[in-house]
Amino acid sequence: MITVTINGLDVTVEEGTTILEAARFMGFPIPTLCHKEGLTPYGACRLCVVEIGEEPKSKLVSSCTYPVEDGLKVRTASVRVVNARKMIIELLLASCPQSKIIQDLASAHGVRQQRFKQEHEDCILCGLCVRMCSEQMMAKAIGFRGRGEDRSIGTPFDIQSDVCRLCGGCMYVCPACQLRCTYNEPDKAICNACANLAPPCLSKEQFSDMMCYMDPCVACEIK
Amino acid sequence: MQEFLCRDKTMKQLRSIEKFMAIQKQIMSMVESEVPTIIIPAGTCGKASGATELIRIAQREILSRNLQEKIHLRITGCHGFCEMEPSVLIEPAGTFYPKVDAKAILRIIDALLNDEIVEDILYVDLETGQRIEKQNDISFFRHQTRLLLAQNEKIDPLDVYDYLKIGGYSAFVQMLSHGNPNQVIQEVKKSGLRGRGGAGFPTGMKWEFLARQANGKGKYLVCNADEGDPGAYMDRSLLEGNPHSIIEGMMIGAYATGADQGVLYVRAEYPLAIKHLTNALNQSRKLGLLGDSILGTGFDFDIRLVKGAGAFVCGEETALIRSIEGKMGEPRQRPPFPVQKGIEGKPTLINNVETWANIPIILRTSAREYASIGSGNNGTKIFSLVGKIRNTGLVEVPMGTPIKEIIYGIGGGQTGKTAIKAVQTGGPSGGCIPAELFDLSIGYESLAEAGSIMGSGGMIVMDENTCMIDVAKYFMNFLKNESCGKCFACRKGTQRMYELLDDISAGRGTIEHLSLLEELAYVLKDVAMCGLGQTAPNPILSTLKYFREEYIEHIENKRCPAGVCKELISFSINENCTGCGACKNVCPKSAINGDKKQRHVISQDMCSRCGACRSICKFDAVDVN
Repeated sequence: MITVTINGLDVTVEEGTTILEAARFMGFPIPTLCHKEGLTPYGACRLCVVEIGEEPKSKLVSSCTYPVEDGLKVRTASVRVVNARKMIIELLLASCPQSKIIQDLASAHGVRQQRFKQEHEDCILCGLCVRMCSEQMMAKAIGFRGRGEDRSIGTPFDIQSDVCRLCGGCMYVCPACQLRCTYNEPDKAICNACANLAPPCLSKEQFSDMMCYMDPCVACEIK
Repeated sequence: MQEFLCRDKTMKQLRSIEKFMAIQKQIMSMVESEVPTIIIPAGTCGKASGATELIRIAQREILSRNLQEKIHLRITGCHGFCEMEPSVLIEPAGTFYPKVDAKAILRIIDALLNDEIVEDILYVDLETGQRIEKQNDISFFRHQTRLLLAQNEKIDPLDVYDYLKIGGYSAFVQMLSHGNPNQVIQEVKKSGLRGRGGAGFPTGMKWEFLARQANGKGKYLVCNADEGDPGAYMDRSLLEGNPHSIIEGMMIGAYATGADQGVLYVRAEYPLAIKHLTNALNQSRKLGLLGDSILGTGFDFDIRLVKGAGAFVCGEETALIRSIEGKMGEPRQRPPFPVQKGIEGKPTLINNVETWANIPIILRTSAREYASIGSGNNGTKIFSLVGKIRNTGLVEVPMGTPIKEIIYGIGGGQTGKTAIKAVQTGGPSGGCIPAELFDLSIGYESLAEAGSIMGSGGMIVMDENTCMIDVAKYFMNFLKNESCGKCFACRKGTQRMYELLDDISAGRGTIEHLSLLEELAYVLKDVAMCGLGQTAPNPILSTLKYFREEYIEHIENKRCPAGVCKELISFSINENCTGCGACKNVCPKSAINGDKKQRHVISQDMCSRCGACRSICKFDAVDVN
């Protein structure tokens, strides 16, 4: 058993537990986007960062991938952490404003604006769909391709997959296409109040392709 | 090594330490002949400047006139004075001939036959204007401490017996015969060697960590030869010029730490290095120095070469491990560290090329002797001195050397009339040091305090015609393209920072953009998952620290003081114009008009601001506004 100190409180957990699990066990809120219980942690969204260690050697690490160590000192909402989270949310809003999950995150963390050039992307490359397909559905039909700006998710060489069972798991876990704001100016709609909880695309008859993030999303009316 | 020709058929495997020592003794006791040797450095830089042709001419001349007994020829790797290549070095006299062409090489051969030198093609000292005959008298070489680079002059990298002649593999064999691996680790610790890849982690300590991991389930040693920093090619010169030094370093490391497998990860863009390494590995195996039961001692170790595939991020150690495993190169957070869980989950130690190359030197001399070199940090470091500097090349200096000594004493100072403004160290992860701070001594901590890093040793010199925003933009563009994209902060962060810099350099920047840029830079430093993202903001933060006024000038006055940012400048022709028409001919957009002997005019609508006219004008008639 390993004892760590989170926000001044000691907690003893089993070896192999991540800081995120330990903190949530104690009831400390840590936002996540690319994390899902049942899938291996990935550490890509950087929202779950916490500050570990002590000044001047403290640093930020993603709590979902960091295993607990004896004597570790963790702070889940220090100034550095909060500033980092807010900037990440701003960057998320700047890319994918129509995702209700991202809008709710913004609202919960007091981010009311984003100062970058507005983009409308359908995918934030969190990798949840890839891990869902690989680890839970054991299909491994989709994966990452490319690097940096050209990084995308799809089937090998964009060929129609013969291992995909159309289970819809990828859509189920996707934060960008799960819930979509249908307000006609989503960049201004950070409201945490929208009652629209159904993705607009599923109500269209002609929608047969389950892997919507691979094409420019034709179902969503937001331009 | 004419006598010990490396015809692989005649190479017999040595099955005992005694046999090896006997052969080495035999080679080293061979009397140095008085026959002059022409040494032509033919690393990638030498070949690019024409060394291959020189070699061909020299070989043909020697063969056709039957001069093999009178003149020897040695083809080596890079010696470091790249500005002067293709160059020729004569042993044992030590004569140096810079920028040798086809005619000159024939004159040199004739002169050697008569025991003379060719005076009118000797190197001219930049300050005094005098001709200098010997390499060691030239200031570029005189102020260096060439522990590593000097070896490149003495050996043909394709010949293992040349390496034996300079004492190669003697350290490894000594260590094997003493049979005390821990003592080796202590020696490396005492030497104070720190990782030369940039992070500067104490090498001995890392080796100790690996040695502590349990044996028996497999341990890996890796040489990181990915060298991705633009402008850095120190590792390339070692890989091409002295591949056996790295192999010996790894063999020593394997014996000391209990590793049984080695991997040499070389970037695919270094074909000559790959060729020389593959050849060296084969020769070592043939001799019995690699493989099963090395020299009959029961110690197994072999090294395989893995080629990179064009990703800068694969120089990061956890991404490197994934690349070796055949997966997409993406980093992961640590812990667990590679020493605990690396390739295929096994303990793995990763060191840089230069770190490995220093190991045989430390063990051949002694830790104390090595530690006595340098102040602050121990040993020497090779820097690639490039950019707006007169003597471009690779320089090896003791740690603690002041920057100004490297730039002026060795580098020869500025080219032309423009004063040097700053030097960028550490590549895209580093920062710039302004000229006012050139008294700073080179060291891991001293550079970090100034806002930069040592990095792999790249030193890019910039003058008044370099726009610091353009520099930051260049590095941000590089990092944006090389970011693996796994972590959102780095992928989007580098894109957005580039976007903001692009706006500022095009005159569309506002003061709010600048504070957003700074805010984003500080957050990215904190929150990115790996070193690439964490150090990506360094070029921006260091240029902001020392050259903030340039940013303000771009934003408030929409002006680029260095005359670089295309949207903010315009070219015009002044009254110095003689109407020679050179600019008109070189303009890619045909934007210049004018009659012969009449002052030419640039059409602003068609001008693409490439600057070709300004470069070609001999009369200083093109102004940048």
